[in-house]
Amino acid sequence: MSAPLIPNLFGVCEVLVLAIVWIIDQILYALAGLIPPLTGLAQWFDPVARRRLGMGPLGSELLIVLVTWLIAVTIIVIWATLINLLTMMWVERKFYSRLQDRYGIMISIWSLPFWPFNRAHRPTHRGTGYLQNIADGVKLLQKENITPRNADSAMFHISPVLIASSTLMIFAALPWSSGFYVANLDLGILFIFAAFSLAPLGILIAGWSANNKYTLVGGLRAAAMLMAYEIPMILSVIALVFFTGSLNPLTIVRQQDRPLVSFGALSIPAWYVFSPQILGFIVFSVSMMAEMERIPFDIPEAEAELVEGWTTEYSGMRFGLVFGFKWLRMIAGAALIAILYLGGWSGPVFVTLSVGGVPVPIVPEEAWFLLKIYLISIVFIWISWSVPRVRIDQILNIGWKKLIPYSLGAIIIAAAAIASGLWSVG
Amino acid sequence: MPEFWINMGPQHPMTHGLWNMKVKVDGETVTDAKPEIGYLHRGYEKIMEVREFQKNVVLTDRLCYVSSITWSHAYCLAVEKMMGIETPERGQWIRVVALELQRIASHLMWLAAYGPDLGLLTGLLWALRERELFLDLIQLMSGARMNQNYPRVGGVRNDLPDNFEAMCRRSIEHFLEKVDNEYQRVFQESKVFHMRTEGVGKISAAEAINWGVTGPNLRACGVNVDLRRLDPYEVYEEIDFEPQVWHDGGAGDSYARFVCRFNELRESCQIILQALEKMPKTGPYRVKAPRRAEGEGYAKTEDSRGEALFYVIGDGDDRPYRVKIRSPVFCTMAATPIMLRGNKLADSVAILGSVDVCVGEMDK
Amino acid sequence: MSAVVTSSPSITGRSVPGAEKEVLAQLKVAFGSKLKDAKIVRERLVEIVIDRAELVPVCTYLKDTLGFEHLSCVTAVDWKDHFESIYHIENYYNGCMVQVNAQIPYDDPKIATLTGLWHAADFLEREMWDLMGVEYTGHPNLTRILLPEDFKFHPLRKEFAQEVDRQYITRRKLRGGK
Repeated sequence: MSAPLIPNLFGVCEVLVLAIVWIIDQILYALAGLIPPLTGLAQWFDPVARRRLGMGPLGSELLIVLVTWLIAVTIIVIWATLINLLTMMWVERKFYSRLQDRYGIMISIWSLPFWPFNRAHRPTHRGTGYLQNIADGVKLLQKENITPRNADSAMFHISPVLIASSTLMIFAALPWSSGFYVANLDLGILFIFAAFSLAPLGILIAGWSANNKYTLVGGLRAAAMLMAYEIPMILSVIALVFFTGSLNPLTIVRQQDRPLVSFGALSIPAWYVFSPQILGFIVFSVSMMAEMERIPFDIPEAEAELVEGWTTEYSGMRFGLVFGFKWLRMIAGAALIAILYLGGWSGPVFVTLSVGGVPVPIVPEEAWFLLKIYLISIVFIWISWSVPRVRIDQILNIGWKKLIPYSLGAIIIAAAAIASGLWSVG
Repeated sequence: MPEFWINMGPQHPMTHGLWNMKVKVDGETVTDAKPEIGYLHRGYEKIMEVREFQKNVVLTDRLCYVSSITWSHAYCLAVEKMMGIETPERGQWIRVVALELQRIASHLMWLAAYGPDLGLLTGLLWALRERELFLDLIQLMSGARMNQNYPRVGGVRNDLPDNFEAMCRRSIEHFLEKVDNEYQRVFQESKVFHMRTEGVGKISAAEAINWGVTGPNLRACGVNVDLRRLDPYEVYEEIDFEPQVWHDGGAGDSYARFVCRFNELRESCQIILQALEKMPKTGPYRVKAPRRAEGEGYAKTEDSRGEALFYVIGDGDDRPYRVKIRSPVFCTMAATPIMLRGNKLADSVAILGSVDVCVGEMDK
Repeated sequence: MSAVVTSSPSITGRSVPGAEKEVLAQLKVAFGSKLKDAKIVRERLVEIVIDRAELVPVCTYLKDTLGFEHLSCVTAVDWKDHFESIYHIENYYNGCMVQVNAQIPYDDPKIATLTGLWHAADFLEREMWDLMGVEYTGHPNLTRILLPEDFKFHPLRKEFAQEVDRQYITRRKLRGGK
């Protein structure tokens, strides 16, 4: 039983906001000495004065709530994109480079021209390579954004925004631990899938609006493929709902946080992958791989025949958005697999420290969750760099003729397990 | 959706070079195809008419930079036939070693290019990694990694270096191990690879012969034609090797072409090992070639991509009167619409990659 | 059926010794005086010279009766007073090659196409028309293949301007020679 590092994101943000408000309030009081009308405003912000004047607590004011939400969302977005997206890209590029017997990216802080600690004999391009993706992003920002003359300009510009925003929407409902989340929705998983399936619409719009044959074929492929893979994915989740009885990710993870079988000190956790859901887990993982457009299933942008598929006509940061956000979708997909089947953030905590009376777990839930996400992603990366790309008709065959029957089978197995009492709901 | 033409080229990841394959697609199915070539035409046959016989070797090197020695060798052989001179025995053996090293390097370049065609970038880097070994050997032998200018009219430019044999054996031993393990696993034993290549791009043996398809592409149709065996040049008669012919069912598809080329990697290694064994340890490697010559000479050799034929006419000057280059890829290109029709758009890459296109020699 | 084909009905991958003599003898029997010249150049290579009118019959005989199934190469040569269209035709059964030199008058550079016999002739003849300007009558699609569509010349002809003088100074020239 582990504990989260951030017990409540909203609460943390509220404390942060109130602290900032207190500082502003002190400034306002100081200014009120010079400009007397400001006293009312300063009192409005002052919790002590509010209590005296019979007003409610400051935290319940709409303005403060809004600002708190804004900060919570910003923290999640920065956490997902600036930290995890960059790390995931770095992990992928480093990992497949090693598979291919080469070093891979090497730009690091030592390569910066103004870094003061460079020694003369140290080669500047022999670092870990973490800054390479940032350098790529800066490069893409500097590049010209070209809109093809015959493109449908509005649609062409909307689709990267649609793809990027729908991907970020996933993280509104995706918890990172039992405390580190923006919104705790009862239908969180459903919301995440809805956000996931908005992107194919964006891809189709992008393919059609660029008025290019490669993008058109790529967009149509994306529409055909993602439809064929979304159905088995949803069906396997339906099989899972037989067991969970809930679509709330927090509930689902809590259900898995108990031992299934114990052998003395060691125990197998009650993750759904160890339950009769194993078939659903396989179907879900394969469909998720298609949803991420990773290599055996990356026909919408098959660069060998379609140049770059539906992203062909994008340039500059618009290309960066549609290209880079694939890793964000990969993080979200891996997180979903972890939550639904691999116990989410549950894991053993070894020691809990007490820092100023606040218990701080030495291996918090977030660490377990990140570990699972990155391990799942590495498996995906490994697969995608060791197999060729599958053809469109074969992909559709796998989707319609294999995965959908399997997912229906998973539903039957789950229903039978519940009906026979082999496994109890929740 | 109506049928429409898609330009696969001239600037396209599929075309390893500068050419254009126009494909007509109905949805995803290719209904027609039309190769458009000539973007890289440099007029070699005309340029060679004003250069002396020996100096043309520099040009023939650049016919196909991936497979320079085999092309220069074909030209030198044709000129030797015209002049009526013969390379000394050691020279011939050295040529065989050089040719097979170049063939392996060329096939590895093809293998490297075929990986990304199917979406397997790992194959590219692995094959290029081992190609370095053979480029190093060629560099040891001739002094240059590419465009070696190594064959001469009447022999080769220089003798083998002292430690060449040991280096060669070491590299080949390492390479065969990689072929048997890594390449075998990532290509031949991969189920997705089979799915992508089996049964696509079929061409029957009769059609292949009629369209002038040669080399590994023809042997993949089950036709046992290897010019090293059928019309032996140099010392190939004394070497015991097995031409790689596809005998099983499903002949003429991309997988058969892949297997023929892939097995030629191993076969070429065996040829090199034999040649190192049987080669006379000393002796002249080159004879003096006359400056001027009259008459006509032709030589056809088994290039990495098929039958390379040089037809040289001399009129008594020190320059050829007319040179004709028969490029195997040029003729194979004519047959590609047959292979493409009826397959999926994604297959066009799997087919054209397996044919091994080299634009330099195709456009001359 | 000829003796050559029946003696080796399948492609074994090895040449048949002495096949060129047999081929030459059969060609002489079949065409006799129509062959302006016929000789064995070297092992596995027969060269015959014919007039352009005889091209299709000779090639049909070679392909259908003698089993020369592979048209390897089509070369057009500008001899300044006449053209020559040279065909290298190969027999996969015995490894023998026949070089057919068909002579074409200079003022009327036309010769019958072989696309009816070999599809390979399609590209090869197009290339030769493109570069040498020999018209292969009956070719289904005789258009430029290597050069641009709007190119006006046939560059391999000897009259096409090229810097014939050497582009470099030879040792001979430095010594005051030619």
